[in-house]
Amino acid sequence: MRRIPNERGFAAELESASKRYGDVVALDAVDLQLRHGQTTAILGANGAGKTTTVKLLLGLIRPSSGTVRLYGDDPTRPRVRTRTGSMMQISSLPATLRVVELIDLWRSYYPAPLDRGEVVELAGLSGLERRLYGKLSGGQQQRVCFALALSGDPDLLFLDEPTVGLDVETRRNFWAQIRRLVEQGKTIVLTTHYLEEADALSDRIVVLHEGSICADGTPHQIKSAAASRRIRCVTRVRVDEALAIAGVRQAYHDKAVLEILAAEAEPVVRELLARDPGLSQLEITGAGIEDAFLDLTGSQRREDAA
Amino acid sequence: MSRQEAVLATPEIDETTRRGGDGATDRRGRRLLRCWLLESRAEFLKVVRMPAYAIPTILFPAMFYILFGLSFGAGQQAGSVSMSTYLLATYGAFGVLGAALFGFGVGVAIERGQGWMLLKRASPMPVGVYFAAKMVMALLMSIVIVALLTGLGLAFGDVPFEPATLAGLAGMLLIGALPFCAFGLLLGIFLGPNSAPAVVNLIYLPMAFASGMWIPLPALPEFFQRLAPYLPAYHYSQLALGTIGADDSRPALLHVAALCVFVVLCLLGAAWAWRRDEDRTYG
Ligand SMILES: Nc1ncnc2c1ncn2[C@@H]1O[C@H](COP(=O)(O)OP(=O)(O)OP(=O)(O)O)[C@@H](O)[C@H]1O
Ligand SMILES: [Mg+2]
Repeated sequence: MRRIPNERGFAAELESASKRYGDVVALDAVDLQLRHGQTTAILGANGAGKTTTVKLLLGLIRPSSGTVRLYGDDPTRPRVRTRTGSMMQISSLPATLRVVELIDLWRSYYPAPLDRGEVVELAGLSGLERRLYGKLSGGQQQRVCFALALSGDPDLLFLDEPTVGLDVETRRNFWAQIRRLVEQGKTIVLTTHYLEEADALSDRIVVLHEGSICADGTPHQIKSAAASRRIRCVTRVRVDEALAIAGVRQAYHDKAVLEILAAEAEPVVRELLARDPGLSQLEITGAGIEDAFLDLTGSQRREDAA
Repeated sequence: MSRQEAVLATPEIDETTRRGGDGATDRRGRRLLRCWLLESRAEFLKVVRMPAYAIPTILFPAMFYILFGLSFGAGQQAGSVSMSTYLLATYGAFGVLGAALFGFGVGVAIERGQGWMLLKRASPMPVGVYFAAKMVMALLMSIVIVALLTGLGLAFGDVPFEPATLAGLAGMLLIGALPFCAFGLLLGIFLGPNSAPAVVNLIYLPMAFASGMWIPLPALPEFFQRLAPYLPAYHYSQLALGTIGADDSRPALLHVAALCVFVVLCLLGAAWAWRRDEDRTYG
């Protein structure tokens, strides 16, 4: 059922794009290519650079270095902008305008907008059309922002933390709407703090950490990496031996302690104990999504320092 | 759903309609017009539903006119016309100037600081339409101000009821909103969202005073009489005074030329400031 747009090139590209704000490096030489019809979730902690990435792709800020292209073109071009719709993380709409007035205004910006009724229905705003924006609840306001993003029937949607502050049910509805858009062949970029959400919606997850991409893969790949366990122990087993054990992703020494990142802890521990019964100070912890990737980047740094 | 399938089947046709194949300019023109109407309506509704911002802009000149033109000025002459007629022209100009600088300038500056503007900038909203809508609002406010002052002058002052003269004055006052909308545009884009109201007041009030909008220029110290020709508001108020035969002896063409130069400078400055602003995100 899913329609994949038949277009050449990429919907959006960053080519070693950096963004500095004074001393702060918000984004550090990021390369990112988004295919037509792909749903990409940008995952990362506060300050990781998610909003910066979205703003660059929307042409709201210019990169300090590198290039940004939307549909092979400069993102600030009006012609390109008629193909995008966006929902920003912070957007205070005028409190004294009614929902339909906002939607109609936004529809007038686009050459081939959706019908008003369709927008209202898709965004779940039926019954709220005549309300003033300022008199809506936070979640309802969020839905109005979603409605504006949809109203021009754009090919590419940017959703910056679209589900923050939504209750569980609204969030599920929202996910269902996004899936409908995906089926229509829209290209979607959304940012989120939650692996669960990224997994539920996207084909591809890009994990940002301090302005760099630290992981990029399918939800399955990212999830299994995130589900990995961290094993720490003091043992005679060497790093190269540990790496040879099935299921071990990474192994390195943290001073006297051997640290291992593995898909599952039990078989690895069994194997370690078999090789070194004298093993001590065994510790097993879960490595959450961020931990898993911070570890990847952190270990590199440790090696660099050594 | 069927619409989506149609798009699937005929991607080329979809592309041409997007770019606008036949009658493209016509359709584009109609789209811009519709966009401008809706944008203007939104501006209007915002003001009407939340009048707190607009009311001072309207009442300020009326209050001054009542105080200086109708109370102190009662029975006095300013050159060949009554004081209340003279000050109707200058406070009218003062009011229109305020509508352009506050409604337009401060309005744009404040909105630049809001997430709403960021969202608009990310949309394909034609920027010109946004400014044109702000201009409509400034003009509407100007009409209200000029009508209010004229009514006050006729009812309580010595303003003679000469419809042709009054219409000429009102027309000149409203046309004068245009160059100051250009100034408002420059200030709106150049100033920071937080400092704009204070800075605009610091420009507005002294410039109005020094241009003879509060007290007739001949009654001001010589310093101001020599300074005035360098102020755009002076040329504007002289053109307004010209319609009631109360201007000083400089040719009208000079005033028009001065305002034209002023507009060009403002627009150039605004274009520069707009480019500079692209990289700043307040939202
Ligand atoms: N206008 C700005 N001026 C200065 N620094 C900025 C600006 N915008 C962002 N930054 C900095 O850039 C970094 C990345 O910010 P960004 O907004 O992209 O993070 P984010 O991933 O969206 O975070 P969050 O999850 O909190 O929304 C942060 O360290 C932030 O402080
Ligand atoms: Mg953010």
